[in-house]
Amino acid sequence: MPIATLSDPHLGDAAKNPTRAERIIALILVVAIVMIAGFGAAYWQNWNPWAIGGTMGAGLFLLGFGLTAWGKYLMPQGPFVEERHVLASSAEDRDSMAAALVERSAVVVKRRKLLGGLFALGSSIFGIVLIFPLLRSLGPQPGLSLDASDWRKGSLLVDSNGRPVKKGTLVVGGIMTVYPEGKQNTTYGQSVDQTVLIRVQDSNLVTAKGRESWAPAGYVAYSKMCTHLGCPVGLYEQQLELLVCPCHQSMFNVRNGAVPQFGPAPRPLPQLALYFDASGNLRAQAPYDQALGPGFFERNTTKIDGI
Amino acid sequence: MSPSLPTARSLPTARSKKQALGPYGKVGNVIDELDDRLGLAKGGRVFLDKIFPDHWSFMLGEIALYSFVVVMATGIFLALYFVPSTTQVIYHGTYTPLRGQRVSEAFQSTVNISFGVRGGLLIRQMHHWSADIFVGSIVVHMARIFFTGAFRKPRELNWTIGTLMLILAILEGFIGYSLPDDLISGTGLRIGYSIVESIPFVGSYLGTFLWGGQFPGNGAIEGRFYIIHVLIIPLVIMGLLAAHLGLLVRQKHTQFKGEGRTETNVVGSPMFPTFMAKTTGFLFMVAGTIALLGAFAQINPIWQFGSYNPSKISYAVQPDWYMGWLDGALRIMPSWEFAGWGHTVPLEVFLPAVIFPGLIFNIAFIWPALERRLTGDNELHNLLDRPRDRPKRTAAGAAMLGLLFTLFAASSTDVLANYFHVSLNFVLWAFRVLTVAVPIVVGLVTYGICKEMQGVQGIGKRKRAVIVSRSAVGEYSTVTAAPRPGDAREELDPEPVPDRIDIAPLTPAAPGASIETSPTGSRQVTR
Repeated sequence: MPIATLSDPHLGDAAKNPTRAERIIALILVVAIVMIAGFGAAYWQNWNPWAIGGTMGAGLFLLGFGLTAWGKYLMPQGPFVEERHVLASSAEDRDSMAAALVERSAVVVKRRKLLGGLFALGSSIFGIVLIFPLLRSLGPQPGLSLDASDWRKGSLLVDSNGRPVKKGTLVVGGIMTVYPEGKQNTTYGQSVDQTVLIRVQDSNLVTAKGRESWAPAGYVAYSKMCTHLGCPVGLYEQQLELLVCPCHQSMFNVRNGAVPQFGPAPRPLPQLALYFDASGNLRAQAPYDQALGPGFFERNTTKIDGI
Repeated sequence: MSPSLPTARSLPTARSKKQALGPYGKVGNVIDELDDRLGLAKGGRVFLDKIFPDHWSFMLGEIALYSFVVVMATGIFLALYFVPSTTQVIYHGTYTPLRGQRVSEAFQSTVNISFGVRGGLLIRQMHHWSADIFVGSIVVHMARIFFTGAFRKPRELNWTIGTLMLILAILEGFIGYSLPDDLISGTGLRIGYSIVESIPFVGSYLGTFLWGGQFPGNGAIEGRFYIIHVLIIPLVIMGLLAAHLGLLVRQKHTQFKGEGRTETNVVGSPMFPTFMAKTTGFLFMVAGTIALLGAFAQINPIWQFGSYNPSKISYAVQPDWYMGWLDGALRIMPSWEFAGWGHTVPLEVFLPAVIFPGLIFNIAFIWPALERRLTGDNELHNLLDRPRDRPKRTAAGAAMLGLLFTLFAASSTDVLANYFHVSLNFVLWAFRVLTVAVPIVVGLVTYGICKEMQGVQGIGKRKRAVIVSRSAVGEYSTVTAAPRPGDAREELDPEPVPDRIDIAPLTPAAPGASIETSPTGSRQVTR
């Protein structure tokens, strides 16, 4: 039975007095055991997470610390040396493997090109066919759905509680989120139809051609979906009259058709044309005239009518 | 029956030859029985003798491995209570401020794990912390591998596997972060959908297929993400991890130069008992650290954010750290949308969020081949480079880290503008400039430092201690101290690890005595 006696150079200081090292490690392990017992008690009594996690963490850490210290100070570090085995096979072995592949396929595969081709064709077609159940059944085709919303000609604007908007609902500088009536509690309404309604000083509005009648009494409505990545444009900088997207800081000029003034958003927020009906409620003149939210490949760059 | 014909009963197995306990007692018996069936004794001994080189930086991969163990264990706990459903319900749980609110079942069950399940909040926070540490330790481990050239032939495949695991870990983290369906993660998912949508030709199809309709879809994404998060990606990571470690055992560790280490040997401590004790202890220390973080460092308090509502949003929120570089890239990208021919390509999203990460990871994938091509070095390498000895590689790696860190910092433009009272516009433009400038400056400075370090005499060698003494007349003189182990380079003879290793001295040293070390510092083996 070979025995190696090792004067291990890496063990210098601790091994001078192994009894002391052992005592210190034992003490660490005893504290660890106390902590783990405390963890049991804390868990059993359902104390707060600090007590449960603190005892558990300290117990595990000290247990590990003791074991590592034992390994480091009281176990042989060497240096031991091991030869690396050569990974590479001999030249004959390589040739023999290559020979088997090449020679056998020469007589079997190359002679039957038709069969090989048919098998490859069949399995490729299967692979392509497989994509359909994997992808196609997952969800609907987008179709024109990305261009649409629930806003219609005459849609009543309501807040999240379903209350319509009157002329006096907002003071100048006020802001609220509106939905088409009946959609305020639907997921689709909250994600796609969400529209931000702001009241600005009527005389401050700079209206583009064809939009003169869209903002009665200074009520101006824009899609709340950011044209960058679709986050709700939820911050309103009242003094500067800027809508700010908190995700990537795109800023839209509320007075001037929500033209992006800063940040990565490429397009203005689409504007909803408004009017007050006979009973003084705010309604939409027409659906949005373009797709809402971020860009996508099928997004028509011209205006869409009559969705 | 002739006695010379063996029956099945008397087949000469190792066990039947030795009826009584052998010299190794019950352990020997168990090994006999196992070896009869599995033939594991020979390989087992080789495994116990396996040599592990010691260097602190070799622990980085272990942190990744052990935080993965913790993330799996805590994840199993969470899976027992989590409900992957976006069905809206009215909250009636123990957390008073949320009572009566419309929340999703996923959110409700996550709040319930935090406040209703014993130890639930701790395990949830440990899960999140260990996931963050998992990705972080992979990145640092990868940097170590890169800067020391450990990815070179024959280990290119393991570098590829590791990079794949990093991508999967980031994906897994993002998906897991999205599962609780809180306001912050829901917004992250909204951004994720828009990024998918930005891909030309297939984007909108992919989006509606995956989400089951236009965002937020028909609720399908929650269940799909759940099964991807708890089964598919963990399974793939486990398979890759097995391959990663299997290759590591087969190809053996790399090691730094010095102390008799050559390309054809491995110098270090044996698997059993030394490395096993240290690494098991390290597992417990990593787990303990994560438990302490879970106990005392709050992470992702979703009850403060509320359930996801697509028309609501919070301010100054950042994703988990490993998504920061992509968020930063999205922030500083100019608004270059392409529009024409009846189509729209949102380059301001597609370039920074799809093309850019694709480029970064592809550079990582091809780097070993690229370096082989550039240097023409097709040799096998088992000895590691010091980063200073490969200034070009080190500069390239540092420049890459500089780029990624700048983008990471750019994901907090709004917070920085607020904190330093400067305009957002200034911060944005500063980061656009820095994103170009920092990699160049960092690369050049790193190259210069490497070159300078190469010129320093005696670098990388341990400095010999000197003893300063003062004579009776007050004159100072220095004498070089006795050499310490490791000072001298020497050739070590490759010898198998012996059955039994005794550390000298066998008996406690007498007071004042010191360990005998041979002049060369080499071990003395007696047989």
